[in-house]
Amino acid sequence: MKLDRTTIAIGVVTVALLAASPVLPKWAMSLLNVSLCYGTVVLGMMLLMRTGLVSFGHGLYYCLGAYAAGTVDQMLKLPDMALMVAAGAVVTGIVAAILGLLLARYRDIFFAMLSLAFSMILYGLLVKSSALGSTDGFNISAKTLFGVALVDDARRYAGFGITVVLTTLSAFALNLYLRSHRGRLAEAIRDNELRVEYMGASVRATIHLHYVISAVLAGIGGALMAINIGHIDPEMTYWPQSGEFVFIAILSGTGNVFAPLGGALVFETIRSFAYEYSPNTWQMVLGITMLIVMIFLPGGLWSLIQRRKPA
Amino acid sequence: MSQLLAVVIDGIVYASWLFIIAVGLTLIYGVMKILNIAHGSLYALGAFTAVSFCTAWFGHNYAAAGSFAMLAAAAIVVGLVFGPLIERGLLRFMYGKDEVVLVLVTYALFLILEDVIKLVWGVDPLLVQGPNGETPYSVLGNFEASGLSYPYYNLVLVGVAVATGAALTWVLTRTRSGKLLIAVIHDREMSAAMGIDVGRTYFVTFTVGAMLAAVGGALTAPTVSVVTGMGAEVIVMAFAVVVIGGLGSLPGAALGAFIVGMVRAASIHYKPELELFSVYLVMAVVLIVRPKGLFSGAEVRKI
Repeated sequence: MKLDRTTIAIGVVTVALLAASPVLPKWAMSLLNVSLCYGTVVLGMMLLMRTGLVSFGHGLYYCLGAYAAGTVDQMLKLPDMALMVAAGAVVTGIVAAILGLLLARYRDIFFAMLSLAFSMILYGLLVKSSALGSTDGFNISAKTLFGVALVDDARRYAGFGITVVLTTLSAFALNLYLRSHRGRLAEAIRDNELRVEYMGASVRATIHLHYVISAVLAGIGGALMAINIGHIDPEMTYWPQSGEFVFIAILSGTGNVFAPLGGALVFETIRSFAYEYSPNTWQMVLGITMLIVMIFLPGGLWSLIQRRKPA
Repeated sequence: MSQLLAVVIDGIVYASWLFIIAVGLTLIYGVMKILNIAHGSLYALGAFTAVSFCTAWFGHNYAAAGSFAMLAAAAIVVGLVFGPLIERGLLRFMYGKDEVVLVLVTYALFLILEDVIKLVWGVDPLLVQGPNGETPYSVLGNFEASGLSYPYYNLVLVGVAVATGAALTWVLTRTRSGKLLIAVIHDREMSAAMGIDVGRTYFVTFTVGAMLAAVGGALTAPTVSVVTGMGAEVIVMAFAVVVIGGLGSLPGAALGAFIVGMVRAASIHYKPELELFSVYLVMAVVLIVRPKGLFSGAEVRKI
């Protein structure tokens, strides 16, 4: 297998992040943590966008992953980080496989609206289920990793470690997939479905597959976020949260798997500063940025990097 | 039996409220093919402006009944200021783009307007209330139906909804400008070639749609405490209504509002924990059975 530049870069970033973790200040670590979790979700959004679909309800899987992790942690009393993430991935995978049967038939705003409806159904359920803490959600302990008990700071480092490893692994796998025969179909479907069908590939099966992949990535992101933040609530599936993912995906562009990760980092950095200095104009900054990016940089921030280095 | 009656009354009131908000959304989509997320912000702007106007009115110790004029004035001002501003300042540069891109543009607009509201009115909940606690709501008093007491204000909502629906239907089917509008809906390019001023049609449509959102907000303001984020809550509900009825369809919005209103009233009375769930479940089921909503016509296949 020939290594492409992106694969090498993913390896370098992984090693660098893990090596730097002992000396990273607390704020930097939590900033990176949140960005990587968001980045994982947006990796999935990027795959869908390449296929020509925008989901206004990906909070559904983000939240589902987090609640699956939370259930394993609090209800089943198995507070192991690895188990929690696995639960998030499996549950979202199953739900997406079922909902995908339906959603793969929809396009454009109807796809966006139906996914929004599903995410709001989950929101409606969670808000009223007192066993899961209704609007307050519940706290998460995540005390072990692969059975090894974690105390004090070890928990923070383990959380960071598993986040870095899983996010970069996801990016690596997605990058491989995008270069595969099927992965390349994504853009073909976006450009012209009919031609793809004439070539003998199934549009519906591909969209279904991409939907499931993106859901699992969102589930992993949600479970990791639950572990790192230590708290989950139904806001994770409220539509403005899904909108945030769409925002990051637009901001990043779909050019490369690094785009969503970098985009998420930029987003989180701006958010941290905006919360600090002007909490009441933060959304305005977002909105204006989004308009500027859509008008002047339709390829997202990634297109700035790409322009300098023609492939 | 009396509970069933209560469900029907609540359902009709709620449906009227939903219709006022959703009809503007469906009008804008039908004509301009823009699914306007910022509709929620216009609704919130209507509510906040109504609070300011009514507070000023009560501050002068004018007759409380006049506060209704303030509600109407708030809706008209918001519609006439923000409608043209948004359409001329932003949306007109976006016509012809993909529908999904247009949704994202209005989402960005929604984010911006949410903060405009916070900057102007602050983040504390506000009430439409005079110095002695009088509101447009209480001025009218209550009436009794099957042992339960209902505010007359609810009848105002029903009245406004019916009047709005009737007026729009009349304009669309009986007037010259309505016929021109239908021509634009069917084929924008051909209408322009025949001499219809499409830009003006869009401008007027968006302003009217924005005003309807503000009417919804202004009429809601006296009944709730007006808080930031109220637009986000309403817009998904309005989406459910128009998607159930069929995007861009006027009778669809009425039917969608009726269905959502009844479902919500029924679930509040019989199973309150399923309130939100049931509304979106209906939306999902309708989309599954009829992907384009209940009142959608056959569409020409595009390649």
